[in-house]
Amino acid sequence: MDRSADAKIFDVEQIRKDFPILREQVYGKPLTYLDNAATTQKPLAVIDTLTQYYSKENANIHRGIFCLSEQATKRYKSARHKVQEFLGAASDKEIIFVRGTTEALNLVAQCYGRTFLKAGDEVLITHMEHHSNIVPWQMLSEEIGIKLKVVPINDQGELILEELKKLLTDNVKFVAVVHISNALGTINPVKEIIRLAHAKGIPVVVDGAQAVAHTPVNVRDLDCDFYAFSGHKLLGPTGIGVLYGKKEFLEKMPPYQGGGDMIRSVTFEETTYNDLPYKFEAGTPHIAGVIGLGVAIDYISSIGLGRIEAYEQELLNYGTEKLLQVPGLRLIGTAKHKSAILSFVLGEAHAHDIGTILDRQGIAIRAGHHCAMPVMQRFNVPATTRASLAFYNTREEIDRLVAALHEVTEVFQ
Amino acid sequence: MNEDIRELYQQMIMDHNKNPRNFHAMADADRTAEGYNPLCGDHFKVYVKMEGEIIKDISFDGSGCAISKSSASMMTAALKGKTRAEAKALFEEVHKMLSRGIGEPFDAAKVGKLATFCGVCEFPSRVKCATLPWHTLLEGLDPTGKQVTTE
Ligand SMILES: Cc1ncc(COP(=O)(O)O)c(C=O)c1O
Repeated sequence: MDRSADAKIFDVEQIRKDFPILREQVYGKPLTYLDNAATTQKPLAVIDTLTQYYSKENANIHRGIFCLSEQATKRYKSARHKVQEFLGAASDKEIIFVRGTTEALNLVAQCYGRTFLKAGDEVLITHMEHHSNIVPWQMLSEEIGIKLKVVPINDQGELILEELKKLLTDNVKFVAVVHISNALGTINPVKEIIRLAHAKGIPVVVDGAQAVAHTPVNVRDLDCDFYAFSGHKLLGPTGIGVLYGKKEFLEKMPPYQGGGDMIRSVTFEETTYNDLPYKFEAGTPHIAGVIGLGVAIDYISSIGLGRIEAYEQELLNYGTEKLLQVPGLRLIGTAKHKSAILSFVLGEAHAHDIGTILDRQGIAIRAGHHCAMPVMQRFNVPATTRASLAFYNTREEIDRLVAALHEVTEVFQ
Repeated sequence: MNEDIRELYQQMIMDHNKNPRNFHAMADADRTAEGYNPLCGDHFKVYVKMEGEIIKDISFDGSGCAISKSSASMMTAALKGKTRAEAKALFEEVHKMLSRGIGEPFDAAKVGKLATFCGVCEFPSRVKCATLPWHTLLEGLDPTGKQVTTE
């Protein structure tokens, strides 16, 4: 399956054949799927794995003494190992399966934050966080009285590092930062931020939801203490995600939920918790999801994230140039280091109307605040229209988007 | 251009979107209500001055998509001088028109100019844009008057 070695050129037409949905039509038009930041499409390998699992292999793990259960357990474990390698983690005990980025971040806020932070401690976040990296901290603030500090962003949508340095006072006890902004596309200098925080002994969680399918990530190189992502934004199934955590942190944190699998022994007087990673995985997990995620990782690795990143950057440049030629269009998010996310406003047309008009041309984009309302407030817009690209998108699809935007202009002239 | 799109964004809707009527706050309103669609950020405030059962004056402000804004504008234009009961009855007819099955008829005589929104039924995700100002108003006319959302 290794195509990275033999094929130097990035054969997008060949790749598109791996994604059955890309052959679908919407309102009689070919589907132009540009909402990859919301969720990515799934390659046949992942879809087949789920079908195969449920039709031939389904059994619960960790308990059966029969063949199917043993096989399922093996595949489940091997998927954890794949995630470990994918992230460059030191051990597969550091890979916790959760429902998605949201649950991963809540786990960090609850199990680390509630245990190790106290009233008056500051948690530093940024102005471009997704709600899932804001609200869990606000809830913790209500619960135990921590304070939230927000690193501002400039007009390009980049973090102002000088401000971050100033805000990184001795009161800060935790940093939570998004790797790539889903609303702006900004790629944050997370390695540098982690270095700055660590210089003061402050642990850092990185929200990698928009990063893992678009750029190579190595948690040991970043030296982050926690890293969160969702399987469904990485060609995998919904309902499965990952929290990476350094062993030293995970070991001293209390469990997230109580139940089966997370215990070693239970009496009514005392319960001993299981080892990592099981301590954080109470109950029957999303077995098919985990196995599917493993296959998604195999698939994306066979293409190579380095090549994907290069291709998407080219597409981003092309898209940026084309969009800027649309009269009245203003890009929201013009960072120097950007992922292939094109967020924009267009004249007087509201994002919701643009979304409807594009939809009738078979073009799927996102209109709204992208679960990042503070970003909208920062740029003083109620909503944006967002085209977010993946490695199976093409220049032709961007041309279709641009043509449809001209139709919007016609309606709203 | 796509036929359904042309049908949706009719001249009158685009006109009210561009030049909304009664688009201002009302300092001496005796009823106000706020409507909010958390999904797309549409956010309106409706102001009403009552004289007994009669809507003496009505206005709105806020921001939203072309459908919600023009719906708010045309609603205010349609309701000035109407009674509370007439407002409710009109919304019932408008709602019937908006949520009817594709291709099904509706009673144009009962909705008057608001028939311009007849194309919205082709776009199920947009029906709540058109109804947001109405829900907001009815909430405002209701004595409890709390914030309305479309969710
Ligand atoms: C940057 C970012 N963080 C967190 C999330 C939440 O991910 P999920 O909904 O899969 O938990 C998203 C998804 O929209 C995201 O883009």
